[in-house]
Parts: sequence; C-alpha cells; structure tokens
Amino acid sequence: MSGIAEYRQVAPQGTVDIIERLAERVSGRRFVHVSGGRVGGGPAQVLRTAVPILNDLGIDTSWEVTGGDSAYYATVRALQTALEGTERVFTPEGVDHYLEMNRLNARKLDLGADLVVVHDVQPASLVTERAAGRWVWRCHFDCSTPQHGAWTFFRPLINQFDAAVFSLPQYARRLGVPAYILHPSIDPLSDRNRDLPPRELAAVLASLRVAQDKPLLVQVGPLTRGHDPLGVVNAYRIVKKHHDVRLVLAGAAEDDPDSREVVADLREAARGDADITVLELPADAHIQINALQRAATIVLQKSVQEGFELGAAEAMWKGKPVIGGTTSGLAQQILHDVTGYLVRSVEGAAFRIRHLLNNHEQIPRMGAAGREHARRAFLVTRHLLDYLALMVHLVP
Amino acid sequence: MRAAGPPFVFMGCVELRQALDLHALDERELLECVREAPADSIFFHTYGYFLRHRPFTTAYGNDFARWAAVELRDQVLAERLAVVDPFAFPTLDELREELVTIVQDHVHGAEAAARVPFARGFHFQQSHFVEVPLGPRAVSLREFRDGLAMVDASAIYLHMVAARARRGRAVGDFAEWLRTSLGMEALAEKIARIDAYLTTLERVRGRLLNLVDAALEENDV
Repeated sequence: MSGIAEYRQVAPQGTVDIIERLAERVSGRRFVHVSGGRVGGGPAQVLRTAVPILNDLGIDTSWEVTGGDSAYYATVRALQTALEGTERVFTPEGVDHYLEMNRLNARKLDLGADLVVVHDVQPASLVTERAAGRWVWRCHFDCSTPQHGAWTFFRPLINQFDAAVFSLPQYARRLGVPAYILHPSIDPLSDRNRDLPPRELAAVLASLRVAQDKPLLVQVGPLTRGHDPLGVVNAYRIVKKHHDVRLVLAGAAEDDPDSREVVADLREAARGDADITVLELPADAHIQINALQRAATIVLQKSVQEGFELGAAEAMWKGKPVIGGTTSGLAQQILHDVTGYLVRSVEGAAFRIRHLLNNHEQIPRMGAAGREHARRAFLVTRHLLDYLALMVHLVP
Repeated sequence: MRAAGPPFVFMGCVELRQALDLHALDERELLECVREAPADSIFFHTYGYFLRHRPFTTAYGNDFARWAAVELRDQVLAERLAVVDPFAFPTLDELREELVTIVQDHVHGAEAAARVPFARGFHFQQSHFVEVPLGPRAVSLREFRDGLAMVDASAIYLHMVAARARRGRAVGDFAEWLRTSLGMEALAEKIARIDAYLTTLERVRGRLLNLVDAALEENDV
C-alpha cells in the first residue's frame, strides 16, 4: 500500500502539490465510500488504492460495504444487468426485499459524514435512510440504455442523491440532479502496473510459457464476444502472412455457454498454430498481466462492447502503442494516430499492425506519447484530483 | 524592480466536468445544441480543449471539429470548425455565433452527414474550476520568472486562457500584473500577443519564459 509521497515519482510535476493543497481545504471533514464488496474490479479496485491515500493525506475517509442474503444478491445482479440494458424479470417481493435489506444495512453501517459516496447498484437504496451530509451516487457502468422497468424503479432513488457521477457523459441518463464526469484510473504502483525488473519479467513470462523470440501481439481482456478475441485471431492471421509474430490472448472466461464457445474456438485456433497462446487467467493475475503487457510489441484492445475498461491505459503506461476498437471508453483513452489507432474492423486492426511492424521506429514514439498521455489522464493521481475537486465543490 | 501593487499569486486549477442533457447525433442537432448550450459549455468545448489535450498538439482545435472529423467523418465541416480561433472573439457569445454560422452554412449548402448512434454522439458538458493557490508569490520580475518556471501547467491555462475568456481580462493575468504592478508596459504587450491557439501549455510557458528572460537581461535585473 502506497502513501501519497510515493506518487511524486510517477505523477506529472506539480500534481501531488495540488492534491495536498486540496486535501488541506477539506481537512476536518469526514468522507464515507459505500460499495457492494471489497474484492474484484470496478469500485473495489479504485477504493483499495484511493481510501488509504486519502487517509494518508489527513482526510478522514472510511469504506463501508453492504451485504445480505442470497435473494438480496440475486435481485442486485438482476437490477445491475437490467440497468446495463439486458431484459430481466423482477418480482415486487424481490425489490421489496432489496430495499428492506438495505434499510438493515443502513442501521449497521456508520454513514455519518460530510460526504457519502455510494458506488453502483447494490448499496444505492441506502439513500432512502440518509440523514445529514451530502450524498453522491457513483455509477461505474454504462446505464444509458437500461431496461425501462428497472430505470422506472431506480431513477427516483438516484434523484434522492445530491449528485451523480458517471465515467463518460454518454453513460449517463437524464436525472433531476447534476451529473459529473470522472474517468476511471489505474494505480501505477500496483502489481498490475509497477515496473518489473528484467529478471522478474523473464521469470513470469517463462512461467506462462510465452517466448520473446518474435514480435509479440497481446490482447488482455475477458474471453467473450464483446471483447472480440476471435476478431483478433483473424487480424493476426492476416498479419502472419507477412510478419513472423506471436499472439497472446489472456483473460478470464465467463460462466456462460457463449463464452465457453469462444474459448473452445480459441483453443481450436491455438491447436493448429504454435504461435497463438490462449491464457485463461484468474482475476487476480496482476503480475502476469503486467508482464504480458510489458513484453508486448503492440497491444490490442479490440472490444466491440461498450464499457470503460482500462486495458489501453495500462498498456500506454507501459509505453506500448495500442490498437483498439471504437467503443466510447477506448476512444477516450487512445489518441488516434498519436498513442495508437482506433479501428472498426478486423481488416483495420491487421492494417494498423502491419503498418507499425513495417515502420518500426513509430512503435517507441507512439509508446512514449501513450505513457505521457496515461500519466496525465489515467493515473490514480488524476482521479484523486477529481475526487478532491468534487469534495470541495459539494462540501465547500 | 519590485511590485508597486499586490504580489502575483500563482493559482492552479482542477476542472470538474458536468454532463448536460444536450446531445447531438447529427449536424442539424449540433446546430440546435450550440445555439442552446450555456456559455460555459461553449467555453469547455473550445478553450477547454487546450487543458485536456495539454501534452500534445492535436489535429483539431476544439471538440466540435474533432467530432465532425472522427465520428461524422465530415472532413469539410471539421476543417471549417478547426480554424475557429477562440482567442479571436471578445466574448463567448460572439464565438458561439461564429460556430452557429459555420454549422448552419454547412448544413444548408451540403449533403448532411449521416446520424450516429447515441454512444458516438456529441455530448455537451460544462466545467467548474476549483482553484488552488500553488505557493509561489512574486513581488519582482525575477520571482515571477522563478514561479512561472515551476508551477503546474494548469496555472498557465488559468492565468493565460481562462482569465481572458471567462473573466473578461482581455490580456490575461500575467500581462495585467506586469503592467499594473511592475509598470512593464512593453513586456505586458508582448505577453498579451502570445498566440496560445493550437499549441501546448508547455510551449506557451516556454514563450513566456523567453520573453521574461529577455526583459531581465535587458534591464539587468
């Protein structure tokens, strides 16, 4: 766990000074974050880094977690999925149980603070029990096209907050409260992004059986159709006619028939080509992901599904050019023709890979631009600036 | 030479973005939204571009031009919007009128580009600046130079760009202080003429430092 002083070596010059000055302005205030759990990505990933740093800055910040029984979690999952745009069925009993469980949670948790930030769906209805202080709903997903019934239930809850925060303006819905925009971030000092000494890097790659004898194309991300790993294989096959390269696809499969079918197709492709490696990795394989991104010549993030995943920012931080799909989150991260390329097709991805391999001098140039872009726009230090600005704005 | 007036206090800023319920999915909707958007939103999508893209000089000078090029794939409209220099307009309403005229003429004169899906639309935003004193205070040109060299780049944006567009200080904070507190009219005039359009904040800082260094040498301060 790192204190704010350690971020001086990685943040843009002057950023930590501004963070410290903003922290002075909110000292003496109390802040609470509430999420649905302490593990996994999304809010938990951000809070694991941000809460200790905020306390290190002298800001009294705590992190509370809601819980419940299996029926509560089932309704939360259905509600989250429906708000993300997939049709789900709700029973009035299930919704009432969700509200009742959060009323119980509100009695157990210490929610007395100047600013309470509630993350995502699970703890959202705590707002019905709000007392003093300002309350903000932080939405980490795209809820621009929710199932109508789910939004009809959820919108009145959100309108009881003082403000909402989204990762992108196009992920927001029309609300009766102000909607602020904060992009997510990566922690440059975490196992997933910290520098790896050459010996450690080589050992991790050896453990994954990934050779470094040829230019390496890497895509990190869930092995699902939304992240288009099969499209990446097809782009690789076009490139392979002209360049002797390796391809590594690394990520977790999801527990559904469609994802299993994708993995089976990938395994089949890998069986016929020794230069394709498919790695099913657990969610906490951070050092392995770090090593793969650092070993890559070019990183691909060819998602076709909306979402603000940070694979591109992670790769740019490691000085790699990134070829990504044109989803809103990737378009926000990749500066086209500066830090990488945005592509709309398999052929477009292949064309850009060939272009970079044939003009090798552009690879370090784009990588260096990407690292500076990530430094300024996607490190946790920028996220802290945004959070502190929000605190100063809402709790002056 | 010491200041006759108050010291110069360098301020940095953090931009807190706010989404507005204004979305354009084609050129006609862009025209309507530019007409309706609050002045702060016009500021955000034009002058604010320099704060958000500060490490690089990019191909487009504002968010409208970038959207026309990247999402609508309308290069003609993108080129017409890209050459709009926000610093050439004394008020945000005059800047807005220029943008409206360009989009209107384009919509009337050409085949309109296709509509894009919501995720690729133009989503209007505005921002709130949270200002932060950065520490250095200057009472002489030498101290001003030292502060200028070390402050966060957001201070260059706040004092050179936002001060002109949002606070009506036509020459910016630096030139104003040099003129009123140090009586350095010639240096103030040169600084007021720095072209901050289509460059980076670090290059603006470099030009400022060159001018101040030359003045220090000339005055042997």
